[in-house]
Amino acid sequence: MAALVGRLGNGDLKGLIARNGIFIAFVVFMIAFGIGVDRFLTFQNLENVVKTTAIIGVIALGVTVVVLSGNLDLSVGSMLSFGTVMVVDLHDKIGPGAGILVMMIAVLALGAVNGLLIGFLRLNSLIVTLGMLSAIQGLTLIYSGGKNVDIDPSTQDTTWFRVFGRGEIAGVDMPIIIFFALAVVIGMIVAYTPYGRRVYAVGGNPTAAVFSGIRRNRVVFSTYLVSAFCVGIASIILGSRVMGSQNTVGQGYELLVLAGVILGGTSLLGGSGSILKTVIGVLILGFIQNGLLLLGYPFFAQWIVTWVVIILAVWLDVAAKRGRLLSPIA
Amino acid sequence: MTEPNPTLRLKGIVKTFPGVRALDGVDFDVRPGEVHALMGENGAGKSTLMKILAGVYHPDEGQIFIDDRPVVIRSPIEAKEHGITLIHQELSLAEEMSVAENIFLGELPRKKWGFVDWKTLDERVGTILQKLNADWGPRTRIGSLSIAKQQMCEIARALTHSAKIVVFDEPTASLTDAEKVVLFDVIEDLKAEGVGIVYISHRMEEIFKITDRISVLRDGSYRGTLNTRETDEDEITQMMIGRSLELHRRNIEHAEEGEEVLSVEGLSCGRLFQDVSFTVKAGEIVGFYGLVGAGRTEMAETLFGLRRPTAGKIRLAGEEVHIGSPSEAIEKGISLVPENRKEQGLVLGMNCRDNITLPQIDDLTAGPFVANGAEVAIYDMYRDRLQIKAPTWRTLVGSLSGGNQQKIVIGKWLSMKPRLLIVDEPTRGIDVGSKSEIHKLLRELAHQGYAIIVVSSEMPEVLHVSDRIIAMHNGRITRTFSADAVTEEDLIQAISGLTSDKAA
Repeated sequence: MAALVGRLGNGDLKGLIARNGIFIAFVVFMIAFGIGVDRFLTFQNLENVVKTTAIIGVIALGVTVVVLSGNLDLSVGSMLSFGTVMVVDLHDKIGPGAGILVMMIAVLALGAVNGLLIGFLRLNSLIVTLGMLSAIQGLTLIYSGGKNVDIDPSTQDTTWFRVFGRGEIAGVDMPIIIFFALAVVIGMIVAYTPYGRRVYAVGGNPTAAVFSGIRRNRVVFSTYLVSAFCVGIASIILGSRVMGSQNTVGQGYELLVLAGVILGGTSLLGGSGSILKTVIGVLILGFIQNGLLLLGYPFFAQWIVTWVVIILAVWLDVAAKRGRLLSPIA
Repeated sequence: MTEPNPTLRLKGIVKTFPGVRALDGVDFDVRPGEVHALMGENGAGKSTLMKILAGVYHPDEGQIFIDDRPVVIRSPIEAKEHGITLIHQELSLAEEMSVAENIFLGELPRKKWGFVDWKTLDERVGTILQKLNADWGPRTRIGSLSIAKQQMCEIARALTHSAKIVVFDEPTASLTDAEKVVLFDVIEDLKAEGVGIVYISHRMEEIFKITDRISVLRDGSYRGTLNTRETDEDEITQMMIGRSLELHRRNIEHAEEGEEVLSVEGLSCGRLFQDVSFTVKAGEIVGFYGLVGAGRTEMAETLFGLRRPTAGKIRLAGEEVHIGSPSEAIEKGISLVPENRKEQGLVLGMNCRDNITLPQIDDLTAGPFVANGAEVAIYDMYRDRLQIKAPTWRTLVGSLSGGNQQKIVIGKWLSMKPRLLIVDEPTRGIDVGSKSEIHKLLRELAHQGYAIIVVSSEMPEVLHVSDRIIAMHNGRITRTFSADAVTEEDLIQAISGLTSDKAA
């Protein structure tokens, strides 16, 4: 929030609106929906939104780190399918603890493949992770043999694995706690550690980072491990909540996640943005979707609305930077 | 003497940005067939003025006249329509397209049905290139040309428009001497055709060679216009910075030579440079002088671990070392202030403090986190020592002037307490005031016992700071001079490869 408040300090009202357009739009939206839709501004509904957003949110934390370093990760959606199928399937076979461990190692290995190709071979991240998107989906289907997996119904209410998706502490749902706790940890790492500084430097100017003795390749590699780690955590939450998994459960998550990151205001060019911004971006996205559902629109309407919102967000962002809405050069 | 009416006249131009009065009532005019120099330190308002001419900014007050008619320039396209062409310091060419396509970009000659008329295009571009003495053709891919040649293409682009006013912004920054001659010929041709030329440069010798009048800006205000023939460097410098400098003084100090810090023997890197041998002692500045492409920068980059040598030995304090990466170089106490500060030296979107501490951020921790206090202390120390002018450490480096940016880079590497400091083009694109400050600083550092290598393509600079000068040509050392024995003639011969005898 400090960054936001700091920016409010200078500039005229017009600039202020332009710079923080998305947040102002968000507040207006919340008020409008609060008045127009009965159940929108109830504690239960708000908690529900944050809870459903938690999975996208957790993944978005990792993707933010990747984007800050100047790259993309589009493989997170199918990686979520893979992780969830695996952790659910292994639950009954080798137990929840070992299952989580094996799944995390497998997911980190996939992240390492991304990292090797993009960090050390310096291949384009869009191509590599788009390819991984379909490769991992294939891998998931090979693993499951095409069948949906679930945890034995008789143990679903007794296994400690249920705590991640269904548990709560002091009345707060576990997915929310995990999301915010992870946001604080990764947020601190990004904002206050030497590692975070290196990520920003590599994203801001890779050449200058190398000239400053930063091992660019390693930094890029590591961001994909962070991203994969977050997907692993999200898989545990999702698997635990549903107690089963379809093979394509994560389909489309990559775009929702990226939408949240962009909506928050982290630059796709790298080097600027923050975890806090992503948290806000993801929540905005969640509330918009929830509002639409409460208004009775079918759930797929949100896909179109999400697109419109992202375009508006990106437009306002560049308009604020150049000081007018339309491009100065015809 | 009757003077022709000016082609372009600016009257009382005022432009303010939040908190800054960037231009404060500037008057400026250019007559047809005249080269009018615009001078001033970085931050004096030259770029703002040029952006107003180009239609990027709009003046808050004041008027622009073209051929005595008041005009309003709302966009770069309108500027072009009014006959104003800018040759930017930073090139704006499409690398993957041909020379011809770039020159006529946006207005390619068409046949019926809208297809490009390649034949006419080639002919027209061919004529222009001939005029520029270019040894490349219209179909050459821009990306395959050297920076200097790309710049000539940018100039060619200006020639295709019937320009009334051509603005050159630091056009010679990356040109070789031979290319400069061609550029000056082109400017003479433009003059003869009655084009008015605005020439922005920090290089005095060029200003005196080709300009007719000189206007000076300082801190956004207009300080006056001088006839080039009736003035000298001192007068201009005084107008620009309000005090006089001794820029062309030779280095007359004799360094107290200490221990040998670096010794390089037979160092080669493929075709870039071969068989380079020299030593640098503590307390000494060794200047590397040569033309663009002589292999100086590549040699510096090899010492910093950015390139792998193909042969030769590097010894630091007598001990043979292998430097595989910049981080290894930093560990061994080598610092490099790179040639291009915006691309290699700085993360422009980061603040001053973060840029300065970037190479040592791992050592500045309290627990797992960066120690804020230690970082700010380092920034404060180098801000004071190098007189960096920035509002606070939170200021983004991208918004500082060139001189202050360069000081941030130097501060960044001094804070590493290196044994060997390599400075590549220490004052490129920096105004005279900051230039002399940086030169003074380098001498002071040598006094304090640093071993320093300065790579430069500006002769006054090399003469001014070096204790010894090593001349390079085509990847080889041609001669080594001591500061008191060097003459400009010998130096020019040595870097042109006219002499191959090695003197001590």
